[in-house]
Amino acid sequence: MSVVTNTTTIGAIDAPSRRNTELALVAFAVLISVFAYANVGLALNGELPAGMLGYGLGLALLGGVAHLAVRRFARYADPLLLPLATLLNGLGLALIWRLDQSERFQNTRDFVAAASKQLMFSAAGVALLVVVLLVLKDHRILQRYTYISMLAALVLLILPMFFPAVNGAKIWIKIPGVGTIQPGEFAKIIIAVFFSGYLMVKRDALALASRRFMGMYLPRGRDLGPILAIWAVSILILVFETDLGTSLLFFGMFVVMLYVATERTSWIVFGLAMSAAGAVGVASFEPHVQDRVTAWLDPFAGWGEIAASEQMAKSLMAFGSGGTLGTGLGQGNSDLIGFAANSDFILATVGEELGLAGMMAFLLLYALIVERGVRTALAARDPFGKLLAIGLSGSFAIQVFVVAGGVMGLIPLTGMTMPFLAAGGSSVIANWALIGILIRISDTARRPAPAPAPSPDAEMTQVVRP
Amino acid sequence: MNKPLRRIAMFCGILVLALLVRTNYLQYVRADELNANEHNRRVEIERYAHERGDIIVDGEPVTGSVETTGSDFRYKRVWKDGPLWAPVTGFSSQAFGSSQLENLEDGILSGNGDQLFFDRTLSMFTGERQTGGNIVTTLDGAAQRAAFEGLGDKKGAVAALDPRTGAVLALASTPSYDPSDFAGNSMKDSEAWQKLLKDEDKPMLNRALRETYPPGSTFKVVTASAALENGLYSDIDAETESPLPWRLPLSTNLLQNEGSIPCENASLREALRWSCNTVFGKMSDDLGNDKMIEQAEKFGFNEEVFTPVRADAAVYPKDNRPQNAMAGIGQASNRATPLQMAMVAAAIANDGKLMRPYMVAQRQAPNLDVIYTHDKEQLSRPLSAENAQKVQRMMETVVEDGTGTNARIDGVTVGGKTGTAQHGLNNSEKPYAWFISYARTDSGSPVAVAVVVEDGKAVRDDISGGGLAAPIAKSVMKAVLDGKK
Repeated sequence: MSVVTNTTTIGAIDAPSRRNTELALVAFAVLISVFAYANVGLALNGELPAGMLGYGLGLALLGGVAHLAVRRFARYADPLLLPLATLLNGLGLALIWRLDQSERFQNTRDFVAAASKQLMFSAAGVALLVVVLLVLKDHRILQRYTYISMLAALVLLILPMFFPAVNGAKIWIKIPGVGTIQPGEFAKIIIAVFFSGYLMVKRDALALASRRFMGMYLPRGRDLGPILAIWAVSILILVFETDLGTSLLFFGMFVVMLYVATERTSWIVFGLAMSAAGAVGVASFEPHVQDRVTAWLDPFAGWGEIAASEQMAKSLMAFGSGGTLGTGLGQGNSDLIGFAANSDFILATVGEELGLAGMMAFLLLYALIVERGVRTALAARDPFGKLLAIGLSGSFAIQVFVVAGGVMGLIPLTGMTMPFLAAGGSSVIANWALIGILIRISDTARRPAPAPAPSPDAEMTQVVRP
Repeated sequence: MNKPLRRIAMFCGILVLALLVRTNYLQYVRADELNANEHNRRVEIERYAHERGDIIVDGEPVTGSVETTGSDFRYKRVWKDGPLWAPVTGFSSQAFGSSQLENLEDGILSGNGDQLFFDRTLSMFTGERQTGGNIVTTLDGAAQRAAFEGLGDKKGAVAALDPRTGAVLALASTPSYDPSDFAGNSMKDSEAWQKLLKDEDKPMLNRALRETYPPGSTFKVVTASAALENGLYSDIDAETESPLPWRLPLSTNLLQNEGSIPCENASLREALRWSCNTVFGKMSDDLGNDKMIEQAEKFGFNEEVFTPVRADAAVYPKDNRPQNAMAGIGQASNRATPLQMAMVAAAIANDGKLMRPYMVAQRQAPNLDVIYTHDKEQLSRPLSAENAQKVQRMMETVVEDGTGTNARIDGVTVGGKTGTAQHGLNNSEKPYAWFISYARTDSGSPVAVAVVVEDGKAVRDDISGGGLAAPIAKSVMKAVLDGKK
């Protein structure tokens, strides 16, 4: 945009916007997804699937619209975030579509094809991304809504308590005529906004006003208040909604942001101790959590007795049968896992049909999104932006770890969804919004600094500046 | 704020690294273990995902595969003449597992075996659909049918061997079952399976291999062999030292003969012809427990036989004197499977050489390449050729002019021995009718057979080895001989 007209050595040299790179990568992501469809169709029926064109065009349209929005409203944004999200969303669609073709599912009583709905939700997600880019001209505007977002997050987190549990966890709100919403996914973003705003204001007080005790800086009691409150809320979620995932995510994100804001290691120690205490405390009396832990320790021991164990064992066997190279898309039996195969356990399908190679590729795609997010945080010039970016990408990383680690038996299963990959409206919409905010922050961060006012002395004296 | 940011980045890196390590561990290190897990349904799905290879008799498959719908399992096993072949093939059910050849040779039949690794790899590249290999059996269809039809609705079993090679020619067991009835996994299959399990006649018991009976008088050929081998007697026509009546050692009981038959000091040949209990009881006592065990074990007793289907071990145990004397006439704690008694007859017919029984002649890859051929193998040498021929002459007398005349075949030399094994407490239950025999031609003996009939329906006095079992043995031998012409 701005052309260098002055001769100062601080260059306002126009940084490359990399929009064309982004466009090429988005096209590549769409192409890979279309190949995935072709693969499933050929493996299952020996012919190119009828849905391939529809899904391919739909995905291309979504990627294209998102790209145009970024090109228009966030010119300097990170060029990788959008293609990565498009690729994951596209492959997720192909995987869900593949599971829709399972005869085992089609024979069940309440089978509903999920892929077309997922495409609709993806469209809503991309629409939300466009809205974010359009409305949110500067991410610092969000700072103004610190306390409102706290309120909104609390409402979202507490609401599901009043709705009946679905499959053991109260994480759903049922709105007649609209469907079910998983408010936890949205709360994740809103709460990151609240933390960023709150911590930006309080970081000095939290960092400096502390007492030294046994080599650690202990916070003052009055600063401890909000932290204890957050801890209590996450425990409450765990107890009343039996939602291990959200409470872990919620608290983990808070510790990460607190640490970044205060630069004090003691907060991490403190946070880990509290979450451990909370988890052990709840696990000692909550049977739902106990089942999960039993299933994690030895999934095969509880076969036929504990549903969670059986599901876990089936997931492990799906990964095992994939082996190094996988059975090939459409040629596995990951649908044996049952009703959650296309949501919580969608990664098992990746593991079985794309194998170890595919799993590593997927994990690296997620790692790349996190890496771009952290990079955005590093590049951001304002503390609010830094905190928000690290909060969002940190929570994204924790969610990926908790879900993938859960279905692979690395940690107890918590019942969250794999971002972009899993079938589920709330998840895919919320994560597109998350990507939208990251794109907005990265745009601000990478935008070239405005050219300094031309110095009248510049022509006369040449000063070598450090 | 950048320093903690970098640390957080490292933390996220560690999280991803942990996931990468875990997925490698699961999918590379533990993959085999998970794939072999008993709960892993994929193994079953894979087993029935393609057509199973066949079990072949006389060049024709006795099994088949049909495509099914409505379940994970695409192909279902079917049998031609299920009840006839069930004792040979066993079953292979989608819901209830498999047994016998279907189970033991599953690697070849399903096409998943290690032996077929090369074929599988090849067909992966050529894009051919995987199918199973075939198992070629040694069985003789005519002999099997003769045995099965001979047993008819009576409970019993037949085992027939080729004495020269050990090849199993017939293996029948009645009542039988049709494995096709429960090869699928529907409700109907489940009902058929439950009904079979509850059936008091135990149709799924393979009586030829897995049931041990008191061998009765057929065991006297073993006792006679022991006497000859140990030099107790050497001339089969010379008088033995056999008083009548003869009192069991360490006992006040007198051993009885069936009817008043000329057993006092009878020669071996005469004693076998009339089936003298007193002569063989005393012979066993004279030889002693150790020598009797030794001879029985040379014939294959006290050891399981794998054909490759496992046959229960026949038993000749360590015993006290009176028990050992009774065991000499097959009426004490010794027990034998029909296969074992067929092995006894076969070893004698084969001039003393006992060949290892087997029923898998060849294993074929799906493209019909032969990947295994059985070589005949000598299991032991229970008798010298000379002594074997002596026992042959004795057994031939039994058929020509003794208790086994029902097994005579015109123009063929047949040797045999009848047996009527009493069992139950104080002989309370109806006895088993036994007959073991062999046929001999100029080129050695092509068939030896053992028949046992446990018939609860017959009138007690009518039950005799010669009457019930010998005709069945005869028709089996005749079927084999006719096939050789």
